[in-house]
Amino acid sequence: MDEREKQRLKCTVNGESVDVLFDGYKTLLEVLREELDLCGTKHGCELGECGACAVLVDGKPVLSCLTLALECGQRKIETIEGVGDAKLHPLQAAFADLGGSQCGYCTPAMILTAKELLERNPDPSLDEIRESLAGVLCRCTGYQQIFDSVEQAAEELRRGEKAEVNS
Amino acid sequence: MSDGFNLIGKARRRVDGRSKVTAGTDFADDLSLPRMLHCKLLRSPHPHARVKSVDASKAEAHPGVHLVMDWTDLPIEFGILPVSQDEQGLTEIARFAGDPVAAVIAEDELTAFEALDLIDVDYEVLPVIAEPTDSLENPEPRIHDYGEEGNIHKRVSLRFGDVDGALEGADEVFDDIFFFQGNTHLPMEQHASLAAVDPQGKLTLWSSTQTPHYVHRALARVMEMDPAHIRVVAQPNGGGFGGKSDVFNHEMVVCKAARVLGRPVKIALTREEVFYCHRGRHPVLMRFRTGVTKSGKITGTKLQTLVDGGAYGSYGVASLFYTGALQTVTYDLPRYQFQGCRVFTNKAPCGPKRGHGTVQPRFGQEIQLDKIAHKLELDPAEMRLNMLAKPNSLTANYLRIGSIGLGECIERVVKASGWNERYRNLPDGKGLGLACGSYLCGAGVAIYWNDMPHSGVQLQVDRSGSVTVFCGCTEIGQGSDDVLVGFVAEVLGIEPFDVRCVTGDTGMTPVDLGSYSSRVTMMMGNAAIQAAERMREQIATAVAKELEVPAGRLVFANRRVFDAQDPEKGMPFRKAVNRAEAMLGTLGSTGSYAPPRTAARFKGGGVGPSPAYSYTAAVVEVDVDRTTGWISVPKVWVAHDIGRTLNPVLARGQVEGSVYMGLGEALMEEQVYRKFPSKLSGAYVHKEPSMLEYKSPTALDMPEVFTELVEDPDPNGPMGAKEVGQGPLLPIMPAVANAVFDAVGVRVDEVPITPEKILRALDRKAKGEEGRYGPESFPEVRWPEPLEVPPPWDGGDGRAVNDPDRKRAAKLAEVKSS
Repeated sequence: MDEREKQRLKCTVNGESVDVLFDGYKTLLEVLREELDLCGTKHGCELGECGACAVLVDGKPVLSCLTLALECGQRKIETIEGVGDAKLHPLQAAFADLGGSQCGYCTPAMILTAKELLERNPDPSLDEIRESLAGVLCRCTGYQQIFDSVEQAAEELRRGEKAEVNS
Repeated sequence: MSDGFNLIGKARRRVDGRSKVTAGTDFADDLSLPRMLHCKLLRSPHPHARVKSVDASKAEAHPGVHLVMDWTDLPIEFGILPVSQDEQGLTEIARFAGDPVAAVIAEDELTAFEALDLIDVDYEVLPVIAEPTDSLENPEPRIHDYGEEGNIHKRVSLRFGDVDGALEGADEVFDDIFFFQGNTHLPMEQHASLAAVDPQGKLTLWSSTQTPHYVHRALARVMEMDPAHIRVVAQPNGGGFGGKSDVFNHEMVVCKAARVLGRPVKIALTREEVFYCHRGRHPVLMRFRTGVTKSGKITGTKLQTLVDGGAYGSYGVASLFYTGALQTVTYDLPRYQFQGCRVFTNKAPCGPKRGHGTVQPRFGQEIQLDKIAHKLELDPAEMRLNMLAKPNSLTANYLRIGSIGLGECIERVVKASGWNERYRNLPDGKGLGLACGSYLCGAGVAIYWNDMPHSGVQLQVDRSGSVTVFCGCTEIGQGSDDVLVGFVAEVLGIEPFDVRCVTGDTGMTPVDLGSYSSRVTMMMGNAAIQAAERMREQIATAVAKELEVPAGRLVFANRRVFDAQDPEKGMPFRKAVNRAEAMLGTLGSTGSYAPPRTAARFKGGGVGPSPAYSYTAAVVEVDVDRTTGWISVPKVWVAHDIGRTLNPVLARGQVEGSVYMGLGEALMEEQVYRKFPSKLSGAYVHKEPSMLEYKSPTALDMPEVFTELVEDPDPNGPMGAKEVGQGPLLPIMPAVANAVFDAVGVRVDEVPITPEKILRALDRKAKGEEGRYGPESFPEVRWPEPLEVPPPWDGGDGRAVNDPDRKRAAKLAEVKSS
């Protein structure tokens, strides 16, 4: 196969169905950034070392720089653009308020990775937060305020769910 | 603590917080333009070689390739310092493996990559100067045809008082050699640049740069264009730490290509290429000779540094001076001598990394103090408290200290860490170490000589009540936009959300020299306050007339302007600006800042002076396994004298980020090289230009950090504020080393402090040798005759008494008058 031969990808990105033609060699990261103009997903190494390109595929964190777009047919992909709406998601609000984001380059990957953690484990321990975020490097914060942000968002989400149950 | 401020000191979401968490921040590589082409660079595989010829014919014939360039297309040299104009956009002489020699511009990145392989470069391979000792011993081949001699870039020798006498008169003299390995910034964002010629024919560069003004100047030179027709926009940086403070080859290349092709051209570097851009921490070998009294007072210090500059000048002359500048601002140091030497080697160029040049000697100084305390049986915290430099004083090398909160910083970390009970009392394998540091709040002198402000701010006020603030400062993640908006909103009594900021754009904003040397809060902050106060004065004039109250009695707060004596009497901010516009015409104001004149009048005295100095103390706890040497850090206590905290969320983030980066340098990060066997190529190449091998701490490695902010407002600081972005890094590495000694009784006198080095020191100790791992000797350097600058207490006036240039000038004056 010619690596440049156009391939077709049909999948769901942030809840919207996508049907896009792309050069077959491209990674999911490249298709998101270059074909779909979703530049919120960052690249820090293109070798799976830094974690900045993490997105959720079928709800699981995946390094989009190591994932061929060809593998993503019919998958549900979630990027930072799909998190929150006019109102920020509690993770976004906490990262913005508590210093979880400095330069902001690792932030999309951090937030998506944390989102998956909190969906799986609404009340994680600090060690569980550390472990789940260990694949995404941050050079600015020293991680403390990221941990604080995830803890506050978890609390906020738990409170929100409780409120829903009570209402 | 609010102290009557509207905003200052209160924790709040940074002004760009929302955009950071919603993909709303456009980094340079997030930009694209219609008809944009892509650039890739061909980098030399040889650490030292002359490019004899570049045959681009095959590459040019490759489908999709638009342009191939080499050094003949970009012959004009540039560099960040006026004295080091030694780089080319594409180089004629490759000075390290990774130096770019050719560029391809093509329709997409893959095509450009493919074409790189089709370029034939004929190299004349030259002998390699690998290590500083090679540079000292081998004047030939010269890496550069400038510098002092051979491969010595610059030497400096300064003496402040009779330091030999001070050492002779001491009760004890300590003579220690330390080595600080190089390491790199590793920002998460790889450098990217996009250049385009606009419809009017002017050039615009959008780039991940910390210094758009200096890029602007360099572009004018290299493009041979009127700078009035060039615009440089610094996109928000995805982390800088000093690594984006230089002017880079790739910026020159895309600008040239955009001009040749008339189409936008972008380059996004790979991670490997970022390792080659480097400009990171200089490897520094240093020798400290310090005399002390029995009670632990320093009589004098002689410091020698050998600084491995790598392949280019970069900020290196400044870096060299910085290795000898700030020893005097923490502790009372009555006599001081500094000799430093920077050499060129065939490695990626070193430059400014967080703490620029002061980090390495701080490491040596703070470990030596620990050794002194141990030998004299003094408590290291107590000993430091007894020798603190004085506030509002001049140091031996003529640095003017304003506020100094170091004593309180030490007391706070001592208390929080349980130092008095736990130090020297923890079980074997566990230890505590203490160290301190200090850093500049901006360099007192600009990079190129000029008598203009270092930072400028303009304000524009709209009839809606919104305020737009313009400043050339550069948001690199540290929160400079937040500081800018915060000061303006504070002075005008409005909300940060009412303020829009336009920053880092040489076509739109007044000059700010850039995000380096921790200068932004100090310099931009003072300029912003001045601009906002001038605006407030205009508005107050109109409101005072309308309300018939004296302007001096008006308060700006809660988005209102009102009478302090009768708060009901007032008007909304929007109405106030409307009244002012009606009375005074279109509203605008400017503010600017230049640092106070330095007291140092000797040659080299331009590096070190700053409007203020920040101070930090840290205690680090370590666990060391005697069997494996494995070292881990469970907890760090750090207290930083910030003068005044503007936004505690951001301040804490800077402190903890510094601790993090310091731990990386202390324990694992190193930019190291290896020589291929000569049967392969003999090349001297970067050992680990990837994040897999270049280790940095992850979320799992990072210890708990206990952070305290000490507020000792400095008279020069904007509302008393000092820097926080760099200073807190300095004590971390020596505190780790000192803690290792407390844990297992051995010294590792170099970074990174790895398990192998700890084991080697333990082995030596077990054999009855000195329980130490570190450099053994300092090579011979032909030092120049020291400039003699008597300290203030010896009647000095800040000038050298034996400056040959001054002597010559005096003699000339004598001849003329006779």
